[in-house]
Amino acid sequence: MTAVQIATLAAVAFGGTAVVLARDPARQALVTSVYGLTLAILFLAFQAPDVALSQIVVGAVALPAMIIYALRKIIRREEVDREDR
Amino acid sequence: MSYRLRMVVFGAGVLGFASLLIWGLGGLPDFGDFAGRYGQYLAHSALPERHATSSIAVTTFDFRGVDTLIEEFILFTAAVGVVALLRVHRETEEVPAEPETTRWPTAQSGALRSLITALVAPVLVLGIDIVLHGHLTPGGGFQGGVILMSALFLVYLAGMHIGLGPLRPMAAMETAEGIGAAGFALIGLGGLIIAGAYLENFLPFGAPNHLVSGGAIPLLNIAVGLEVMGALLIVIGEFLDQRLLMQKGKL
Repeated sequence: MTAVQIATLAAVAFGGTAVVLARDPARQALVTSVYGLTLAILFLAFQAPDVALSQIVVGAVALPAMIIYALRKIIRREEVDREDR
Repeated sequence: MSYRLRMVVFGAGVLGFASLLIWGLGGLPDFGDFAGRYGQYLAHSALPERHATSSIAVTTFDFRGVDTLIEEFILFTAAVGVVALLRVHRETEEVPAEPETTRWPTAQSGALRSLITALVAPVLVLGIDIVLHGHLTPGGGFQGGVILMSALFLVYLAGMHIGLGPLRPMAAMETAEGIGAAGFALIGLGGLIIAGAYLENFLPFGAPNHLVSGGAIPLLNIAVGLEVMGALLIVIGEFLDQRLLMQKGKL
C-alpha cells in the first residue's frame, strides 16, 4: 500500500466522522459534499477511475443538492403550517 | 431501557461488528493481487477480441451487456416513479414553496453567476468527451451522463430555472431519457437479429485506439449517456418544481 492510499484512507475516515459529528442537517449536506470528494480521490488512488468519475458528480453535487431540496421543503412546510394557525 | 443498559447493548454490538469486520478484512487478498481467473480473462481479452482499450467498458457493455441493460432500467424506472408521484399532486391547490418576499435568484453575486455561466460550456464538452471515449479511456455513458447532467444543473445555479424556463427543457429531457433507454434495448435487439444473441456485438470492431472501434460499445455508451442525463435532470427538475409550487397542507 502506498503513502497516497494510506493518506486518502485516513482522509475518508476523518470525513465520515465529520459528517456524523455535524449535527445540523444543512451543514451535514455540505460536509457530505467534501466527504464525497475525498471518496472520489480514494477510488482514484485504488485505481478505479471509472467509479471516481461518477463519485465526483453524484457524491459531491447530486446527493448534497437532493438533501438541501428536501430540507428546504420540510422547513417551508412548517412555515405554511404556522401561517395557517 | 436505562441509559447504561442501552450503552451496554450498543457496546456489545459495536465490539461484535468490529471484530467480525476485522476478521473478514484480514482474509481479503492484498491490493493488486487478485487471483480470480474471470478477471484475468476479461482484462486480457478486451483488446484482442473487441478492439477496445477500456476493459471495463467491454465487460459492462459486451461480456455482461444484459446486466447493464437492467441496471439502466433501474434508473429509468426510478425517474418514472418520481414523475408519477410528484405530478399527481400538482393538479390540486398549490401555494408558493417560498414566500414572495424571500424569493431571490439562486446566485445573487454577479461574480459567482459569471463564474458558473463560464463553467457550463467546458463541463458540457467534458461530459460529451467522457461519453464518446468510454470504450478507450476510463469513463463512459454513466459517468459522462452525470457530468452532462451537472452542466445543465449549473444553468439552474446561475439563476435560471430548469423546469419553468421559456424552452421547457423538461420535455427534451424526457425525450432524451426515452431515446437512451429504448436505444440500448434496440441495439441489443439488433444483436439478436444479426448476430444471433441479445446484445451480441454485430458491428465491425474497427482499429484499436480509434474513436470508431469496439463495435456497438460506443453506441451503447451514447444511449446510456442520454438516458442518465435525462433521468437525473427529470428527477432534479421535479424536485425544483416542488420547491416553487407546493400543495397546501398535504405535502
